[in-house]
Amino acid sequence: MTTALVEAQDIVKRYGPTTALADGRLTVLPGESHALVGRNGAGKSTLVTLLTGLQAPDEGTVRFDGEPAPPLADRDAWRRKVACVYQKPTVVPELTVAENLFINRQPLQRGFISWRALRAQAAELLGTWDVHVDPEARTADLKVEDRQMVEIARALSFGARFIVLDEPTAQLDKREIERLFARMRTLQQSGVTFLFISHHLQEVYEVCQTVTVLRDARWITTAPVADMPRAALIEAMAGETLAEQAVDIREVDDSAPVLLDARGLTSDAYEDVDLTVRRGEVVGLAGISGSGKIELAESFTGLHTPTSGTAQLGGKQLPFGDVQATLKAGVGWVPRDRHDQGLVFGMTIGDNATMSVLDRLGRFGFVGTDRKRAFATELIERLDIHTEGPDQPVSDLSGGNAQKVVMARALASDPRLLVLINPTAGVDVKSKESLLARMDSAREDGTAVLVVSDELDDLRRCDRVLVLFHGRVVAEHPAGWRDHELIASIEGVDHG
Amino acid sequence: MADTKAPPVKPVSVPNAGSARTVLLRRARELALVPALLLLMVLGAVVNDSFLTERNLISILGASAALAMVVLAESLVLITGKFDLSLESVVGIAPAVGALLVLPVAQSGWGTEFPAALALLAVLVVGAVIGGFNGILVVKFKLNAFIVTLAMLIVLRGLLVGATKGKTLFGMPDSFYSLATTTFVSIPLSVWVAGIAFAVAGFVLKYHRIGRSLYAIGGNADAARAAGIRVERVMLGVFVVAGCLASVGGIMQTGYVGAISANQGQNMIFTVFAAAVIGGISLDGGKGTMFGALTGVLLLGVVQNLLTLAQVPSFWIQAIYGGIILVALMIARVTTGRAQD
Repeated sequence: MTTALVEAQDIVKRYGPTTALADGRLTVLPGESHALVGRNGAGKSTLVTLLTGLQAPDEGTVRFDGEPAPPLADRDAWRRKVACVYQKPTVVPELTVAENLFINRQPLQRGFISWRALRAQAAELLGTWDVHVDPEARTADLKVEDRQMVEIARALSFGARFIVLDEPTAQLDKREIERLFARMRTLQQSGVTFLFISHHLQEVYEVCQTVTVLRDARWITTAPVADMPRAALIEAMAGETLAEQAVDIREVDDSAPVLLDARGLTSDAYEDVDLTVRRGEVVGLAGISGSGKIELAESFTGLHTPTSGTAQLGGKQLPFGDVQATLKAGVGWVPRDRHDQGLVFGMTIGDNATMSVLDRLGRFGFVGTDRKRAFATELIERLDIHTEGPDQPVSDLSGGNAQKVVMARALASDPRLLVLINPTAGVDVKSKESLLARMDSAREDGTAVLVVSDELDDLRRCDRVLVLFHGRVVAEHPAGWRDHELIASIEGVDHG
Repeated sequence: MADTKAPPVKPVSVPNAGSARTVLLRRARELALVPALLLLMVLGAVVNDSFLTERNLISILGASAALAMVVLAESLVLITGKFDLSLESVVGIAPAVGALLVLPVAQSGWGTEFPAALALLAVLVVGAVIGGFNGILVVKFKLNAFIVTLAMLIVLRGLLVGATKGKTLFGMPDSFYSLATTTFVSIPLSVWVAGIAFAVAGFVLKYHRIGRSLYAIGGNADAARAAGIRVERVMLGVFVVAGCLASVGGIMQTGYVGAISANQGQNMIFTVFAAAVIGGISLDGGKGTMFGALTGVLLLGVVQNLLTLAQVPSFWIQAIYGGIILVALMIARVTTGRAQD
């Protein structure tokens, strides 16, 4: 039997009173792509910090090629063994790609940096691993996928042949994901081993050979992907059988009044879009990244301003480019990225959830503390947010619960139109269910819902899905579509 | 995604043709002020006959030398992503300590009557120690750089006023003034020193690993740490060097004025930040070049000189000077097309 490339056994890691990892195990064989899955808080990130030598385990051992892991202080030794590409970039945005590749080890000539040699070495390195990026480009200008490839190339140049990819697909569209997977397979053939972390189980089936499941800080199972049907994998992750999501097609009430009526909307991201949403109707917007779907949805929230066209909400003109006025008009929304636009991480859950409705909680701009608390507590219960209470800072929450806080704020104003942009991005399976259930109940209350998402699971619940391609609506699918039909029109395969 | 029909993977085209343009764009930021500077020179020549004379140009340089040293110091700190407001007080207290060490009690000195060379060395040491103290508070104890150095600014100013009892110090040995009074090729020594300091700093920032590490730390400290850069040590070093450079600026100022008043350097930090930011140094760190910072200094120097030559009433000079700084910032924003942060 071959020696495992990485072997972690009986790992225990505690942070203060919380045990982040109680029984961590991982065995990765050389040359495979190994998936690490688990819900938010299952201990994946902790295991990665231990495997990359950022922290030492409290108990247990980590071995590379049968040798014990190097001491934490020896960064160079760690870099030769393992590298991690995080969601958060570990490059310096203002420097060029070439310099980022050779930070602090630039080629020297008589003690000073030789920029020519640096460029040449960078070009060679990028060429070796077939990364098509201009070494002279400013790293901040790179697309996410290119930035990831630069980080992978840098890791490989240190001699590491074990690369941890921490949710690499979270910010990529379908086409970019395909390219990343193609790269992964090529690198795998040249002897690189991957540990792949993702919330998207279908991706695990697509690129990985083995899967390890963690749940509640414990190792649950490790098995070849081929022996692990989807239902079994979900069961291992969730600890219970989630019923296969049955699609029940609702009768669309054609007589319901049209609530949102947009005509001829045009901006630099999309053109001439007509869109109507009825009371109690859920309309999905799909498309590859850059198709204009996000900008279109943001037009109704005041975050993006169309150059021409009109939108009416309940018969009244919807103001463009004015967030405050849009809120007043009865629009609630979940913005595209909870880190950038969704939450103020230093503030409490209560403050975050009630931020846009403070005027209702007091008079003359003063906010009643008790009323705010009561209101926030009600929201926490309504959305099933796992927390100690409204006074806990949002930064303590896991991704799923943080996203529920964003959703809570969207619902706090009892909106007539709910705009959800990537509502389940980076959220575990169970939180996703509960977030989508909120969408359903909003619909029953007669709210019009507009959902932008890359997730088929989100779109499946929509009464209709509109597909945008290069800023134009190219297809409309009523509920009950087949996956391949929708994907074909998203990718632009079924039309010119 | 098992049923996705994946499009064939197409090789991404490398933007080779664009690379020359991107290099030019990147340089644009540091060259942004050159047209403005030239425009001001032409304007000056038209408005006033004595502007473009050798004497006047040299006097602009001489008057800007001290500011240039402090801007250089501040730029290094800013590129690393930190702040040092207390540099303006270093400009006052460092040469004052040197003077107090050298002066007899009768001239309000401490009566130690150090030899001049030793006292000048002490000036540098004072700058370095203050920089090191700031650095330890900011880097090791992780206090907020803005507030720490603001407090230090006040403390140091207070110490200077206390130690001199508010009096102006004069009568130091000639070597205290020689940077401003000695000329080489008819240009004051202070200008040469400032020029060389900028050249060396610019070279190190571009061609030395330590210099590059300032940009890496200012751009993304975690990435720098992961790349094996000793982030804390480099930051601490930058604070020490900045203190030293500011103390040299202090000596230049002393020579230029001919004495050390208790408020030497006071309010200078605003001009320093203005020059650095106009010159393209980002307050967020990781961005900017020495050449840019230097053009920022020269621009402000020329403006100051023009205002004096134009005999603007002294009561109005501050308002106009501030207004011009604002306009310069706006121009820099427009010409580079990037947000200043």
